[in-house]
Amino acid sequence: MNVSLFIPCFVDQMAPQVGLAAATVLERLGHTVEFRPAQTCCGQPSFNAGYWDEAKAVAIRALEVFAGAEAVVGPSGSCVAMMRVFYTQLLADTPHEPAALDLAARTFEFGEFLVNKLGVTDVGARFPHRVTYHDGCHGLRELRLKDEPRQLLAAVRDLELVECDEPESCCGFGGLFSVKFPMVSTAMAEVKGGSLARTDCDYIVSSDPSCQLQLDGWFAKNLAAGGKRPRTIHLAEVLAGEPR
Amino acid sequence: MIARNPIPHPTHAPPGAHEPATAKQQFLADAAEHIRDTGHRAFVRKALGGYYKSRDTQQARYRDWEQARDAASLAKWSAVNRLDELLPRFVAAFEANGGRVHWARDAAEARAIILGLLEQANAKAVIKSKCMTSEEIHLNAALEAAGYGVVESDLGEFIQQLRGEPPYHFVFPCMHVRRDEISDLFGKHLGTPPTDSPEELTMIARRHMRRLYVEADVGITGANFLVAETGQISITENEGNARLTVALPRLHIAISGIEKVVERLDDLAVLLPMLATAGAGQPMTCYNTLYSGPRRAGERDGPEEMHLVLLDNSRTALLADAEQRDALHCIRCGACLNVCPIFKNVGGFTYGTTYQGPIGSVITPHLRGVANWNHLSGASSLCGACTDACPVRIDIHHHLLHNRRNAARTAPSRLEKLGHRLFVFVASRPWLFAAGGWLFRKSLPLAKALKPPLLSAWLATRDLPPAPRESFRAAWQRRRR
Repeated sequence: MNVSLFIPCFVDQMAPQVGLAAATVLERLGHTVEFRPAQTCCGQPSFNAGYWDEAKAVAIRALEVFAGAEAVVGPSGSCVAMMRVFYTQLLADTPHEPAALDLAARTFEFGEFLVNKLGVTDVGARFPHRVTYHDGCHGLRELRLKDEPRQLLAAVRDLELVECDEPESCCGFGGLFSVKFPMVSTAMAEVKGGSLARTDCDYIVSSDPSCQLQLDGWFAKNLAAGGKRPRTIHLAEVLAGEPR
Repeated sequence: MIARNPIPHPTHAPPGAHEPATAKQQFLADAAEHIRDTGHRAFVRKALGGYYKSRDTQQARYRDWEQARDAASLAKWSAVNRLDELLPRFVAAFEANGGRVHWARDAAEARAIILGLLEQANAKAVIKSKCMTSEEIHLNAALEAAGYGVVESDLGEFIQQLRGEPPYHFVFPCMHVRRDEISDLFGKHLGTPPTDSPEELTMIARRHMRRLYVEADVGITGANFLVAETGQISITENEGNARLTVALPRLHIAISGIEKVVERLDDLAVLLPMLATAGAGQPMTCYNTLYSGPRRAGERDGPEEMHLVLLDNSRTALLADAEQRDALHCIRCGACLNVCPIFKNVGGFTYGTTYQGPIGSVITPHLRGVANWNHLSGASSLCGACTDACPVRIDIHHHLLHNRRNAARTAPSRLEKLGHRLFVFVASRPWLFAAGGWLFRKSLPLAKALKPPLLSAWLATRDLPPAPRESFRAAWQRRRR
C-alpha cells in the first residue's frame, strides 16, 4: 500500500524518532511510505479550546494536504481521532463535509493500521523487556482501540507484557488542560504514573507521544532519583526493534 | 418538636454562595487545596474501588449491558423529545389520582410555592428524604429562614446536615467522611457513645429519626421518574426513609425537574435496575416505590395531600439546544462522577455546584450561565470515561467541547483568541511552521530558564525533555537522500 505519514506537530519537533520508527516498520512490511511536507498540525489545540472557527481553517488545509492519499497513518491516537472523529463534526453541514468523511475513511492510527487494515500482528520485532501498555484516552474511547496494540506487543519476541491496576485511567495530559489546570493534570499523572510504576516494568509503551510527554515529565520530577524509573516508549519504536 | 438545624453556619459555602466573578478562581484555589490532601484523595479512590468491583459484577449479569444502555437511552430520548405531550399526560393522570401539580419557572418560584403550601397547612416541622432538586433551589436555607425545622432523613444527607456541608457527591453525599468522624459527629450532636460499627451508626440515626417522622407535618421528597401513563411518582432509595417521609406526615410535597417524566410504567423495567447498577453497583436499589396519590377513603396510611412541584429552572433552555438536549436524559445515577479522574482528584466541593462531576460540568453553564461556569468544561482532559459509564448514553465529554465552543463564540478571551489566530496563521504556512518549530527547539533551554506563563505551569511539577537536534521533517529529508 501507499502510506502517507501524518506526523503530529510535537512528534515533528520533539519526538522525530517516533515518526521514523513508524516508517521503518511499514517499509519492512513492504509498503511505500511518503511524507507530505505541506502538513503542519491537525488543529486539535484550537478545537479543544473551543476555537472551532479558527480550527476549521487548519482542518480544511489538512483535507487538501492528504487529498488522494491511499492511506493516512499517524503515530498518535489523539491526532488521528481529531482527523477521523472531529473533522467530520467540525465540518458538518459545510461544503467540506464529503472530503472530511472521505479522509476519515482513509485515516488510521499506527497500531490500528497494522492490525485492522493490514491484518498483521507479528512484525518480526524483538524487545527483551518487561513492559506495560498505557491506553491513551483518544485511542481507547474515540477510536475504540484496546486489543490492537496488545496483540502487536504479544507477538514481539522476548517481550513480557504486564497490565497495571488502572489501565483505562487518563494520564492527565489533555493538551492545554495540562497548563490551564496544572494541579489537576499533575494529580492525574500521579495516579496513573503510580499505577504504571507499580508494575515494575522497564518501559511503558504508548501510542500517544503526548501521554509520553506527561508521564516522562512527571516521572522525572517525582520519582526518587536512583530508584527504578520506567521510561515511556512509543509502540512504533518497540516494533521497529531495540530502543535507542 | 423538631430541633432546628443544629449548625446554623455551614463551614463550606453552599453552592451558589460564590461570587460569580470568582467561581473560576474559587475552583482553582479549592482544587489546589484538595489535591494537596493526598490522604483524602486516596480515601475516595479506595471507597470507589469497591464500587467498580460490584458494578462490574452486576453489569456482567445483564445479557447485554450495551443493549440495555440503548433501551434506557431510547426510553429517555423519546420522553425528553415529547415533553410537550407527556408532561400534560402525566399531570392529568397525577391529578386524577388526587395529587396536585404546581409549575415553577425557577428556584424562587419553587421556594415560594413550597413556603405557601407549608403556611396553608399551618406546618411547623418538615422531614425530607434525599432530593437534589431541593439542593438546586436552596430549599433548606429558605425553610429555616422562615422558621421551619428541617431534618434530612437520608443517612448521608443527615450526616451532611449535621456537618453543615452540602452533598459531596449527588448520590453518595458523605462518601468523603470517615466512619470515626461520623461516630464523633453523632457523639457531639446526639450524645451517643463512640462506635466503629456501620450497623450501629445506622441504628443511632434511625432511633433519632423515628420520632421525627411522626412529629413532622410535611414530608418533602424528590422524584426519580414520573410515569405519564399512570400518573405515578417513582422514588428509589436504600433506607426506607423516603417511604416514611411520604407515609407519615399529613402533607407530601415532591419536587422534580420536568425532564424526569417517562412515558410508560414498562420503561422502569430497564431504568430502575440500570440506575442501581450504574450508580451504586447494586442489582436493584433496596426500595423502589410508586406513589399514586394521597390517602384514599378506607386506607390506613399515607398523606392527606400530595403535591408535586414541577421545576423548569432553565431545563427548557437546555431542551431548546438540539446538540445537548440529551443531557436531560440524566437519571442522576452518579456513574460519571464515580469514574471521573477530575472528580476523584478535586473532590465534590471544589465544583461549587449542586451537580458535581462531568454531568454537572455539562449542565451548570446552561442552568447558571456560560460566562461564570464554563471553566468547569475546561477543567477536563476529555478522557471520555464519563460517556462510557453513562447508562443513558449522554455524550458527556463531547458536550464539554460544545460548551467550550459556545463560550469561545459568545464570550471569548481576547488574548486566547489572538493566540489561536496566531497558531492558525502559522499552521497554515509550512515554512513558517517549520521555522517556528526550529525556533522553539533552539530556544527551549532558555525558555526553561525564563519560565514564561503556561510553560512555568508545566515545569512546576513536570520536566520537559531536551529538544532533539533536528525535526522529523529535516530527518526525513536526510533519510530520503
